[in-house]
Amino acid sequence: MIEIDEITKIYQGQRAVDAVSTTIETGTIACIVGTSGSGKTTLLRMINRLVEPTSGEVRLNGEATSAMPPHLLRRRIGYAIQGHGLFPHHTVARNIGAVPRLLGWPKAKIAERVDELLDLFGMEPSQFRARYPAALSGGQQQRVGVARALASRPDLLLMDEPFGALDPIIRARAQEDLRRIQRQLGSTILLVTHDMEEAIRLGDKVCVMDGGKLVQDAAPTRIVADPASRFVAEMVGDAERPLRLLSLIPLSDLLEPGEAPGDPLDEGANLRDALSACLWTGREAVPVSRDGAPVGRVTLEAIRAAALRHGATDDAPVPA
Amino acid sequence: MRRRGLLRLIPALLLVALVVWPQAFAPLFAPFAPEGGPVIYTRTSLLSLSLSHLGLVALASLAATLIAVTAAVLVTRPAGAAFRPLSRSVVNIGQTFPPVAVLALAVPVLGFGAGPTLVALFLYGLLPIFENAMTGLSTLPPSVMEAARGIGMTRWRRLWVVELPLALPVILAGVRLSVVIALGTATIGSTVAARTLGEVIIAGLLTNNTAFVLQGGVIVGLFAVLIYDGLTLLERRLSPDRKAG
Repeated sequence: MIEIDEITKIYQGQRAVDAVSTTIETGTIACIVGTSGSGKTTLLRMINRLVEPTSGEVRLNGEATSAMPPHLLRRRIGYAIQGHGLFPHHTVARNIGAVPRLLGWPKAKIAERVDELLDLFGMEPSQFRARYPAALSGGQQQRVGVARALASRPDLLLMDEPFGALDPIIRARAQEDLRRIQRQLGSTILLVTHDMEEAIRLGDKVCVMDGGKLVQDAAPTRIVADPASRFVAEMVGDAERPLRLLSLIPLSDLLEPGEAPGDPLDEGANLRDALSACLWTGREAVPVSRDGAPVGRVTLEAIRAAALRHGATDDAPVPA
Repeated sequence: MRRRGLLRLIPALLLVALVVWPQAFAPLFAPFAPEGGPVIYTRTSLLSLSLSHLGLVALASLAATLIAVTAAVLVTRPAGAAFRPLSRSVVNIGQTFPPVAVLALAVPVLGFGAGPTLVALFLYGLLPIFENAMTGLSTLPPSVMEAARGIGMTRWRRLWVVELPLALPVILAGVRLSVVIALGTATIGSTVAARTLGEVIIAGLLTNNTAFVLQGGVIVGLFAVLIYDGLTLLERRLSPDRKAG
C-alpha cells in the first residue's frame, strides 16, 4: 500500500502541489489526471524523490520514503516515462536488465527475467534481446520501457504519460497490455495522464488534480456520474459523460432472460458497445453470450434506463 | 566499400614508401631542388623523425584529452557549473596564445628540445576537446537522463554508464580536430630543437631547397589525412545511432 500524506511542493512561493493525500491499494492502478501545470507530474516525481517534497510524507508499505537514500528508494520503484528514455547504446536485454543489474542479481537470473518479460509483452526474446532501441518501432520501444520498469518486481510502478508518444491505435493496445499484465502480476501502479479517457479506462481509481490540489479522488464510475466540481465535469467532457458512464458498466449488470436477433456480444463487453451495436444495426436488443453460449439479452430500453438513473441524480447543480 | 578501402590504401602505402624509402622519389622531387643540391633529406632518418613527431603529438593530445575531458565533466556537474565561464576563458586563452609565442616563453624555463613543444601542443589542443566534451555532456537526451536517475543509478554510474558513452562520439570529434591541428603545429617545434618532421621543412627553408619543404610537408599532410580518417571511422563505430541496423 502506498500512502501519500499531506504532500506539498512549493516552487518560488507557488504551491505546485498543495497538501495532497491519498492511498493506493496494493495491486491496483491509480490514475492522476489533470491539465498541464496541475502539479500531477511533480506529485509523481516526489514519490521516487526526483523532486524533494517541501513537506509531507510518502509511505511505501508503511515505510517512510524520506528515510531511504534516494537511489536505493528508486530501485524499489519502477519508473516509465513518455518517450521511454531507453539507453540508446544498450541492447534491449541490457535496458530491461538495468535495475536488476544495479541490485546485483546474478547474470543468469537477469537473463531469465529479461526473457520472461519479453514474452509477457509479446516480443520473441531470441529476436529482440540483442537489438538496439533505434531498431524498434515506437510501440516496441514503449513496451521495453515498461518492461524495464517492471524488471525487478518493484513495490510500485510510476508511469508518467507512458503512452503519450504513441498513435491512437497503438496506444489502445498498449493500454490493454498494461491492464492485462498488471492483473497478471498484481502490480501496484500510479499513472499520470492528461487524458481522462485513459484514466477511466485503466484506473481502479482516478485522482483529478487542478492547480496543485486534489479535487476528486474516486472510482471511475463515480468521477463520471458524480463529478465533484465544474472542472472535473469539464475534464470528463459534458457531452460524453453518458457514453463514458455506459462504457464502465458491464453487460452482465443489465442481463435479462430472453432472445434477440443478430450477432451476440460477450458478457464482458460494456453497455456502450451494446448501445453502439443497437444503433448501428437498428436492433432493440442484443443477445449476450458467455464463452460462446447464449445467456440472455440486453435491451435498448434497459440501457436508456441505466443512463437516466445516473443522469437524474445529476440534476443537483454541480458545485463550482 | 571496396573502392573506399582502396582509396585509403593508396595514401597509406605512399606514406610508408616516402618515410621508409625516400630515395625512390628522387626523380619526383628533383625539379624542386636547387642546382647540384641534395634532393632527398638524408641528415636524419625520416622514419625516426616521423616516430618522434607522432610521439610528441600523441603525448600532448593524450594529456590535453585527459585534462579537457576531466574539466568538462567537472563543469557539467551541478556543483561545478559556477566554474564553467572561468574554465572556458582559461581554455580560450590557451587557444589564442600562438604556439610560437608559447615556445619562445617556454624555452627559458624548460630548455631546448621536446619540452616546450609538448607544452605548446598541449595548450593549443585543449580548446576543441573541452568545447566538444562540454557540448556532448550537456546535450544528452533529457528523457534518457531522467530515466537513468529514475531507475536509481548513482551519479558515478550515470557518468560512466550513460553520459560518457553517449557523449563519446562528440568528444572524439574534438580529439580528432585537436590531433590534426597538433600534427601540423608540431613542425614548428623543430625551431627549438624538438625532433619533428619540421626539421626537414626548416632545413629546406634555410637552404632554399623546395624539395625538402615539399617532402616534409607531404609526409605531415599524409599523416594528418590518414589519422583524421582513422579517427572518423572510430567515431562512427562508437556512435549509438549506428546501431540501428
